[in-house]
Amino acid sequence: MLPSSAALGSAALALAFLAAVFAVVAALVGSRGQARWVDASRRAVYALCALLTACVVVIEVAFASDDFSFELVQQHSSIDTPAFYKLGAMWSSQEGSLLLWAWVLSIASSAALYATRNRLREVVPYATATMAAVAAFFTGLLLFGKGVDPFATLSPAPADGVGLNPLLRHPSMMIHPPMLYSGYVAFTIPFAFAIGALAARRLDAAWIRSTRRFALIAWAFLGLGLLLGARWSYTELGWGGYWAWDPVENAALMPWLTGTAFLHSIMVQEKRGMLKVWNVSLIVATFSLALMGTFLVRSGVLQSIHAFGDSTVGPYILGLIATVLLGSTALIVSRIDDLRSPRRIDSLASREAVFLVNNLLLVALCATIFWGTFFPLISELFTGERSSLAAPWFDQYTTPIAVVLVLFTGVGPLLAWRRISWASARRVFVVPAAVALVTGVTLVMLTDAAESFWALTLFVFAAFALTGLAQEFWRGATARRSLAGGSLPAAFLAVTSRNRRRYGGYLVHAGIAVLLVGIAASSSFQTKRDVTLRPGESAVVGDRTVTYERPTVSVDREAIEIGAVLGVERDGEPQATLRPSRRYFRPGAAEVGTIAGYFEGEATSEVGLDAGPTSDTWTSLGPNISGLRGDARDADRGFRACVGGDPGTPPQCRQLSRLMRAAAVDPRLQPVALAQIERLQTATAERLARGYLRADAPATFRVIVDPLVTWVWIGGLLALTGALIAIWPGRRPRRTPAAGGELEALKEAKYREIRDAELDHAAGKLSDEDFALLDAELRREAVEILDREPVGRGSAS
Amino acid sequence: MDSARKRKVRLVVALGTAVLLAAALVYTSFSASTEALEPSQLLAASPGTSAELTGRVVKGSVRRQEESLRFRVADRDDASKSIPVAYSGTVPDPFRGGREIILTGTVEGEGVFVGERDTLVTKCPSKFSSADAA
Repeated sequence: MLPSSAALGSAALALAFLAAVFAVVAALVGSRGQARWVDASRRAVYALCALLTACVVVIEVAFASDDFSFELVQQHSSIDTPAFYKLGAMWSSQEGSLLLWAWVLSIASSAALYATRNRLREVVPYATATMAAVAAFFTGLLLFGKGVDPFATLSPAPADGVGLNPLLRHPSMMIHPPMLYSGYVAFTIPFAFAIGALAARRLDAAWIRSTRRFALIAWAFLGLGLLLGARWSYTELGWGGYWAWDPVENAALMPWLTGTAFLHSIMVQEKRGMLKVWNVSLIVATFSLALMGTFLVRSGVLQSIHAFGDSTVGPYILGLIATVLLGSTALIVSRIDDLRSPRRIDSLASREAVFLVNNLLLVALCATIFWGTFFPLISELFTGERSSLAAPWFDQYTTPIAVVLVLFTGVGPLLAWRRISWASARRVFVVPAAVALVTGVTLVMLTDAAESFWALTLFVFAAFALTGLAQEFWRGATARRSLAGGSLPAAFLAVTSRNRRRYGGYLVHAGIAVLLVGIAASSSFQTKRDVTLRPGESAVVGDRTVTYERPTVSVDREAIEIGAVLGVERDGEPQATLRPSRRYFRPGAAEVGTIAGYFEGEATSEVGLDAGPTSDTWTSLGPNISGLRGDARDADRGFRACVGGDPGTPPQCRQLSRLMRAAAVDPRLQPVALAQIERLQTATAERLARGYLRADAPATFRVIVDPLVTWVWIGGLLALTGALIAIWPGRRPRRTPAAGGELEALKEAKYREIRDAELDHAAGKLSDEDFALLDAELRREAVEILDREPVGRGSAS
Repeated sequence: MDSARKRKVRLVVALGTAVLLAAALVYTSFSASTEALEPSQLLAASPGTSAELTGRVVKGSVRRQEESLRFRVADRDDASKSIPVAYSGTVPDPFRGGREIILTGTVEGEGVFVGERDTLVTKCPSKFSSADAA
């Protein structure tokens, strides 16, 4: 007999665990200089990736083919679940999301090891061991953990599954968790290479150059995950907000913040050889926070909307976090002498000084959020009482930091590395400062922006940042044109594609500034009203008039949907017709359900949204269903009487009652009887629905007029586009023999620095004298690198 | 002033500021927080006690009364101890009998816990099982 696919999956998982363990051992043996073992460990990681892919395929096939002999499938899917959601249902479970973690980790590790196969000879073995150890942890958890076996089977296989929570049936819900997980997981790569660099005492910027792109990818995935979660909350949860300082949201934001700091501070190490201790500490913190994010979702330690039941694996993940923190700290302390840099920051008016300040702000922001998030545990520790902090506390601290950070998104790009002269500073700062000033004055005179000090300050700073960034693009493009000619748009594209990191980064900054403007405006100046209206009545919210035109109802097998048609007018002009609704899901299968059951099961809001560049009109509906609920109970009672064949019931009841009795004896008649019942129930539900339409019942609406909220999404997408530009690989440098790989990378980096300085000079950020000094310095450093090249190759000068 | 001294001064100033800010953070967090209590702890509480109520909504207790929602919340692990709750404002989609909730509010006369507007948080189940149905 062929083994079942669940058995195959289990076997693949067990082999994956062994491959991970083997990779750890082989890499550690290989770290003593035996290249064959290092190669073997790399291949073991590739094998791990293949095996985990097989596991995921087995599970996805089971979901797609409704194989309810899999407990996982039975618990999280059903025949009626739409196909798209069947494929995403895997990660709505604990075991599925752990498998996803391990799988994504194996992909990222394989990619990182392939990219560094000819580089970082001393660092790679330890990095491999670190990555494989994390993979071994997660696959081991799936294998040996209690209640998390993704291949657990049910025998006999049930006919249908429980189904996926209707709340989770939203396209962004299918993408949101894997994006967040990919972000968490991808931070393993820079972490592992940092550990490798520490262990091998190779503490130059080589490990950073090899993993910078992974850090950026992790950052972008985490950012996209956060953005999707916010969007889902805004359009699906029916409360009208996109951020609630919920512990699990915070858990995802924290590694994103330290990751942002890391992406900036590694540039200082790359260019100036400074901040080494800071960088390794930041990546350790980021990885630990990423693990913490994984842990918090599944732990039930903190009260959160996301806490999906108490988990059995929490303590193990906590153990891993403790190991990571203790081990890394010990390693950093033991290498502290190698991590010291002889260099100092030359001037406070330099890019590296600004990066340092922005790093401190980001870490302070993260620390504040950490304190607030874990405050229930902290207060329990000190006072014995569990107390928690609400959104206003978070706002009070995060707002000022965010406002200053917006200023820095503009200041940083305007400054040159090492130093900026007074004259150059004046040249680059004058236009953005003037625009910021004009923006501030205009806002105070023409709008109510002055009502909120922080919002106004943020708008002014954002104007400064956006102008500064635009000026950077402009100067880069004109400098390029003066060098190479061509049209301005062509020069613009050329300068961007030749300096992807720089201009991609600028675009990220612009996106973040726009996003924060959206957040400031929509949180400080929104108008929110809860109104109860009968059909035909209107309410005024801000500058909008909302009229409840008529109710709507629809009934299907799965749910009763009650909706409303709302007319929105702005300044007397009709602006939009919105259709907010609420779907009441019948719990369980139709045969056991009653009509009243519709109103006791899950309900989801569909928001009526009119999005616009200046403001959104957001509406949700809370229908008054008490009448409907009473009618449903009456109908159910009538129905039971009917099925029981009570005296006085109509003839079709007696017929149904006969059918039911026959079905009780003969199972073959059951489907016919059930279909009959379902038909009758649906007809009754439809009759009740028509009654609701006639009743002119009042309904409660929440109406929010939210200014500039669209720019939250636009800014987020802009930032992600910028990240994509920065991640996108540039032209491949010409192929070099394996041995020269590292030197080549070093040379490449130095050439890039020289080009950067030339661009800064052409764009007016470096004065002629400063540029001459810097250029000479960089060229001397480049010659030093060239001198290191083996004789007979290249042009040793 | 030589540069090493200057750096030391800078460091002390920066650390001093950080410590001050951290102290402010700690201080305000203790004064701004609300205590999380379960119904059994609130049963004996005197009127006026503010708290963050955590617990499980008693199945079949949810009633809508004009603008507000009335229901009972019991301890998570002990369904026998429950307290009446009045709440108006947004009701999250997952809210229903049997679900765990978090609600900020105050105990008022007759022992009714009155929730602040829009503070109701309902825990999101990752799957729906019919056993949960009220």
